Amino acid sequence: MTAFFHHFMYDFRTGLRDKSLLLLNYLFPLGFYILMGLLMTGLNPTFSPTMIPAMILVAMMACTLLGLPNPVVESREAGIFRSFKINGVPAPSIVTIPVLSSYVHITLVSIIITFTAGPFFNAGIPVNWGYFVLIFLLTTFTFASLGMLIGVVSPNSRSIILFSQLIFLPSMMLGGLMIPSNMLPPALYRISLLLPTVHAMNAWRGLAFELAPVFDPRWSLLILLSSGVIAYALAIYLFNWDSKNRRRGRSPFLALITWVPYILGAIFLAG
Amino acid sequence: MQDDVVQVKDFCKLYGNTSAVDGISFEVHRGEIFGLLGPNGAGKTTTLESLEGLRQPTSGSLSILGVDPTQQPTRLHNLIGVQLQASGLPGSMTTKEAMDFFCAYHHVAPRPDLLIRLGLGEKITSQFSTLSTGLQRRLALALAIAHDPPVVLLDEPTAGLDVGSRVELHEVMREMQTKGTTIILATHDMAEAEKMADRVAILLKGKIAATGTPTQLTAAGSGLVKISVASETSSLLKEAGDFPEVAQHIIKDEYAIYYSRDAGTTVPTIFDYLKTHDDRLVDLRVERPSLEDRFLEITQPDHSNGG
Repeated sequence: MTAFFHHFMYDFRTGLRDKSLLLLNYLFPLGFYILMGLLMTGLNPTFSPTMIPAMILVAMMACTLLGLPNPVVESREAGIFRSFKINGVPAPSIVTIPVLSSYVHITLVSIIITFTAGPFFNAGIPVNWGYFVLIFLLTTFTFASLGMLIGVVSPNSRSIILFSQLIFLPSMMLGGLMIPSNMLPPALYRISLLLPTVHAMNAWRGLAFELAPVFDPRWSLLILLSSGVIAYALAIYLFNWDSKNRRRGRSPFLALITWVPYILGAIFLAG
Repeated sequence: MQDDVVQVKDFCKLYGNTSAVDGISFEVHRGEIFGLLGPNGAGKTTTLESLEGLRQPTSGSLSILGVDPTQQPTRLHNLIGVQLQASGLPGSMTTKEAMDFFCAYHHVAPRPDLLIRLGLGEKITSQFSTLSTGLQRRLALALAIAHDPPVVLLDEPTAGLDVGSRVELHEVMREMQTKGTTIILATHDMAEAEKMADRVAILLKGKIAATGTPTQLTAAGSGLVKISVASETSSLLKEAGDFPEVAQHIIKDEYAIYYSRDAGTTVPTIFDYLKTHDDRLVDLRVERPSLEDRFLEITQPDHSNGG
């Protein structure tokens, strides 16, 4: 337990110490939040009621999809994981600790957003705080697991940019952050159901803010939970101590299984 | 039979169709410093990494204190301390964090005394990436031995270090040996191996080309003694000089260098030569073959001095 604590504290401090991680964990999401608060609330009246969850999702994606995977690849390439293995650091700790420290970074940013968006930008305030926190915990887990899985399966930093942006950019445009996803053209709406942000926004709208959900928010919770669990389990299963020693039969393409719940959602919920 | 701490039997490692290690066997005794020597790609690092449990042997067996590194990795990690060739530490980790972190995973108390002993006492809040190469190596060694492992594996521990740091690290290794620690030392530095190792194995293309004590290995070579002579008028440089028992003769800088099968016969005739040519001796060095000479003889037979 002491070892786990030291490991966690080191990982958490790295998120503050490393300039690029500090940018992705704190500066970018908070800067984006202020910019959106100043611009979007005036331009788009549908934005204000769900500004808090939308900005929290931006913080989650920056921390987990853009920030979390790179240290995983760098540590593997630099032989740091080999050194960890020799010294008895278990693989589940290496996968779990960045997920937990992401929780702390995202929670700190989310507290700032949640308690300032109302007074400063007239954003909607959660009605059901229990659901608000539950959906926050669940969505953070899903994104952090996804970020870790990207780090585990990416052979290099270039691949990380590709995989992360494949989720990040569509989520920013189609993910229900700026406008509700059901306002999208039908074809794009169906595609948007493949994105975790759509389900997080739908769950927050329907359960925490008591706004009209696009579809039953309980399906969104189930999809987020199942994809998060699959991503976390696959991150442990596919984890490699070093780049020259990939374990046989553990193809990185298995990571695509994470998308099965979203695909099923897109098939059965789009109608 | 001596107390064998490390046993390697018929160890083979293939990468695809390429053989990195081809059926090597050796034992390392308790409290011994065992040198693994060889040119790049000889199989030293593969052997070490397999002993560390990082690679699975294709065939053969390895054991450290009776533990199979690949089958029992959880039992292994408290038995060995490893200083890897690469840094093995995150750049943003401070010296103190690294000590706390690794000691916690080994279930032992942190060793600030070791950091002070290795000259890192004033660097405990410095991040790994800001330390000099020498300090990084010292920290890696401190972390490798902080849990007092009975077996320590060092991969090029003094590469890139200044003379003072090398001497200090050698002292630490001797202290560990005195306490009964078994050390496997992979190095390119022949002088280091000759000075530190009780026995060495020279690896070449995945096989053991020679093994024994440094003295045994050098004695088993061509046996040529190197005689270097500098004189006032350099008469030896102008004329080769046909001296008895000399197998090879080269000129380097101001020195005439002779490789002799019998220095006792060759040296007096050199003196006679200088006398008859009205020349005076400035410098004379007679050196027995070093481990490096023997290493070159084995690994690069075409380029070795003995010819």
